[in-house]
Amino acid sequence: MIEAVGLTKRYGSKLAVDDLSFTVKPGKVTGFLGPNGAGKSTTMRMMLGLDRPTAGKVLIDGKHYTELKNPLRTLGALVDAKWVHPNRSAHAHLKWMARSNGIPTKRVDEVLDIVGLSEVAHRRAGGFSLGMSQRLGIATALLGDPKILMFDEPVNGLDPEGIHWIRRFMQRLAAEGRTVLVSSHLLSEMAQTAEELVVVGRGKLIAQCSTEEFVDSASNTSVRVRSPQAEQLGEVLTSNGLAVTRENQQDQHTLLVPDGGTEQVGELAAKHGFVLHELTVQRGSLEEAFMQITGQEVEFSTGRGNDPAAPATGDVPVAAAER
Amino acid sequence: MTLLAVERMKLFTTRSPWWCMIVALALTVGFGALYAATLPAEFTFDVAATQSGGQLGMMVIMVLAALAVTTEYRFGTIKATFQAAPNRTAVMLAKSTVVTALAFVVGEIAAFAAWGVSYLISGNEVLALDTSQEWVQLTGLGLVYAGAALYALAVGMLVRQSAGAISLVLVWALLVESLVQLLPRVGNDLYDWMPFAAATRFLMQSGGAETSMSSQLPEPPIGPWASLVYFLAIGVVLLVLGIVTVRQRDA
Repeated sequence: MIEAVGLTKRYGSKLAVDDLSFTVKPGKVTGFLGPNGAGKSTTMRMMLGLDRPTAGKVLIDGKHYTELKNPLRTLGALVDAKWVHPNRSAHAHLKWMARSNGIPTKRVDEVLDIVGLSEVAHRRAGGFSLGMSQRLGIATALLGDPKILMFDEPVNGLDPEGIHWIRRFMQRLAAEGRTVLVSSHLLSEMAQTAEELVVVGRGKLIAQCSTEEFVDSASNTSVRVRSPQAEQLGEVLTSNGLAVTRENQQDQHTLLVPDGGTEQVGELAAKHGFVLHELTVQRGSLEEAFMQITGQEVEFSTGRGNDPAAPATGDVPVAAAER
Repeated sequence: MTLLAVERMKLFTTRSPWWCMIVALALTVGFGALYAATLPAEFTFDVAATQSGGQLGMMVIMVLAALAVTTEYRFGTIKATFQAAPNRTAVMLAKSTVVTALAFVVGEIAAFAAWGVSYLISGNEVLALDTSQEWVQLTGLGLVYAGAALYALAVGMLVRQSAGAISLVLVWALLVESLVQLLPRVGNDLYDWMPFAAATRFLMQSGGAETSMSSQLPEPPIGPWASLVYFLAIGVVLLVLGIVTVRQRDA
């Protein structure tokens, strides 16, 4: 269990974390979600006692991190996979970490095996790829077999197989009753991994709820219906009080019904004998929900219009204006 | 105890400390040997003269000590360290203990090796260790290396950056202290209170007692043993400052 209470961190005039309060409960994967620069890593460093909060506190099972005896056995964390001396081998790195918390050396080989680094255990860590470093970081987190685990952007640099592996792995850790906090700015990733979400933007808490609730509250569902008689179907739906839009102008056969349910649309179609090729619920993606809610909280928003690759932030004015 | 073992493991599982130790030994012994081999017969030789490479070795030991701290910051392993052991004072004390102990051992080996090699080369009976002063001139090198390591560790903690910390300690020990002598009127008095000058005074066992090395300079204010205490005390003060700073700052 992790509890943050009024956590605040100020760097000079910049407020990196602003009065953040949330709890992370055991038995579930909790996603720590926010755009780059939202204060996720700073929050995690404060959890580990590396950065001193300007105000507020964060408690690990009711204690400050610095009060924990052999902290690696309570909280395992991967904050930055590059926190390894490049000339030290993976094995030597884990060995000193283990020794510092009274963890038997055989555990080093175990965790190296779990993350699949046994073969390169004695190679210098500086020669590792980003994916291998990430695995070494995960091994470090697992070293003390802790009840609480924290991963900052763990899928960074992993190949699809690695991503799949870590996703399953975190869910398994949570299923064992552990507390798992995973930060990411990749929303699609979180949608597949996390049950609970703590959403932050510009250092402030935006939401703490289940992933499902987050998507529901933020995005509208609509019904997509495809029919060769779309024209006539559209008229029937409109006369029954449903708003109808087209998905795009080229496709004459597809309609979107923002307020309708599939039952209602399907029944109306049957009553009038229309042929349907498709009838689906369109659920807003986590990305859309996120953009809608955090649009104004994005730290480094790209100038819209200049860059076609820039993420659409909806109609919310970009935050740069208020700074 | 655990932290001492951890710091020892960290120090010896990378290559640069090994290189620094080898270089420190080679410089001290090599320079002493060269001196012995090239000294013309009519010049007087003594035990203190076999230690002429000691200063060089000390510089390398300071590089080792500074790097022991700064590479941790450079590679972020300091964060991993504080994550594993949140008591920063204990961590830094353990690191300082390991590094100063190592510096001491290297200093002792270097001193006796340089003396032994010089003795073999010159065969000069003058080099026999028959006074307590001569013993101190050899065994003292370890103490001075350990003290020098304290300075470098402290500067490493304050500066956190390899190039900056190394230049600072080397420029201080090699240049600033000597340049102070050039200041008109106050130069010589100030120089007497420079820490590395005090360390040299201890090694040479000059000031107070009469020695072969007593120079034309006016008598220094404190004797050799007081000079050693002074040198070590400043090192300890700097180290405390360093540790306090490490505690205050974000890792």
